[in-house]
Amino acid sequence: MKYFYYPGCSLEHSAKEYDVSARALMRLLGHELIEVDDWTCCGASAADTTSRLLSIVLPARNLALAQKSGVRADMLVPCSSCYLNLRRADDLISRDGLTADLTNRVLKEEGLSYAGGIRVRHLLDVLANDIGAEAIAAGLKQSLSGLSVAPYYGCQALRPFSDFDDPEQPHSMDALIGAAGASVFDWSMAAKCCGAGLMTTKKELCLELVADILGAAKGADCIATVCPMCQMNLEISQKKISRMRGKALEIAIVYLPQLLGYSLGLPRDGLRLDLNLALTGSFKDLLADMSKQVAVPGR
Amino acid sequence: MAQNQASTGLETPGRGLFAEISKNLRACMQCGTCTGSCGSASKMDYTPRQVWRMVQAGMKEEIFKSRTFWLCSSCYYCTLRCPRGLPLTDTMAALKRVATAEGYFSDRKSPVFYKAFLDNVRKYGRVRETEMMTRYFLAVKNPAVPLSFVPLGLKLMAKGKMDVRISGFGGSGKLDRLYRKVMELEAAK
Repeated sequence: MKYFYYPGCSLEHSAKEYDVSARALMRLLGHELIEVDDWTCCGASAADTTSRLLSIVLPARNLALAQKSGVRADMLVPCSSCYLNLRRADDLISRDGLTADLTNRVLKEEGLSYAGGIRVRHLLDVLANDIGAEAIAAGLKQSLSGLSVAPYYGCQALRPFSDFDDPEQPHSMDALIGAAGASVFDWSMAAKCCGAGLMTTKKELCLELVADILGAAKGADCIATVCPMCQMNLEISQKKISRMRGKALEIAIVYLPQLLGYSLGLPRDGLRLDLNLALTGSFKDLLADMSKQVAVPGR
Repeated sequence: MAQNQASTGLETPGRGLFAEISKNLRACMQCGTCTGSCGSASKMDYTPRQVWRMVQAGMKEEIFKSRTFWLCSSCYYCTLRCPRGLPLTDTMAALKRVATAEGYFSDRKSPVFYKAFLDNVRKYGRVRETEMMTRYFLAVKNPAVPLSFVPLGLKLMAKGKMDVRISGFGGSGKLDRLYRKVMELEAAK
């Protein structure tokens, strides 16, 4: 299938490995991504604190660019915050005439317009529902057998738009992780907030929220994420949090497409695990041990 | 999909906005489901439920002196669970907008950061972290703030995961036309 692709600012730099692995995985599975030409920032959580209209115009600009291209496809978005902003802009413009009018009066300044109607999809939605666990199982090259993965969904992939999963007890990652040969770690923090939006301005609160998540993941080999904000927030303060709570809370944090890509035999440069900020020694050992074993019998 | 998001992108900026927020919250029955669902509540000076009551009572000064709404991380749990279907997360954002517009800052860090972020986007279209953070540090005027980001900066730099481009002050911006029109339309209302 063909999708528009909106990487968002994080995936250009701080979350490069998410961008690389998402693109490589989609290509491997036979799907085409058309990056939105000249895309710009979605406004993140900043625009909404200043101007409601700007918070709709910024994401709408990208939808307008996609529409202008004449291609008909869903918009694939890997970042949960970008996903929410683009999804909400489409929602408001599609069902509220006044918002549509006002937004288009602004977009006209750049010769653009957006009529609504592009389906905005989170990467996890596409992986779970368009691609599906069967496709992962069918292409398995390196079973992740023995690996216990804690699926972490965070907030904005699930709420307020619960397009593809239960907003409180999500399970869309389970079958994918299972198909890759790993086991799903059962925990209660999968849909809880890590406070990433407050990483810069309210760090103390953020540390507490992350500490609870890392603590609950004790026993898993890694946490799988589907958002660059969650990923970085869970990665960067592990040492500090371990000191704060007086116990070792270090755990590997990996993007879901990195895990799935690994199981499908993507080469190193399609995974970029070297860029992750929190890969524990024990996690690396587990991966190394796996690759020594014969891949999948009978396939 | 939850039905209780803000129904429209329109609102009256500036002084009229508080009245609009208050109207949106009229149906709040003080059940406290929002507070019970809020991961940030323990760090807030007033819980979300208390803030809704204060809005209903028009206690503007007290609300804007509090840090409650700046601690909202936009996780949308309260919005999801509100039995009255009120757009609570969007209301927290609206309170941030009133505070920013009217200059009520209990803590300068948040509004100063959001401004640095949006200025950066206006200029380049996409976020350039190093320049954005530099502007934020200069504006926040507290040397402890940049120092606390040194470890993260070094980690990202070591992995080549930071956009280190910094250019001069001023100059025209990639999204100037859009920003200008937004301001024009909002001023006209």
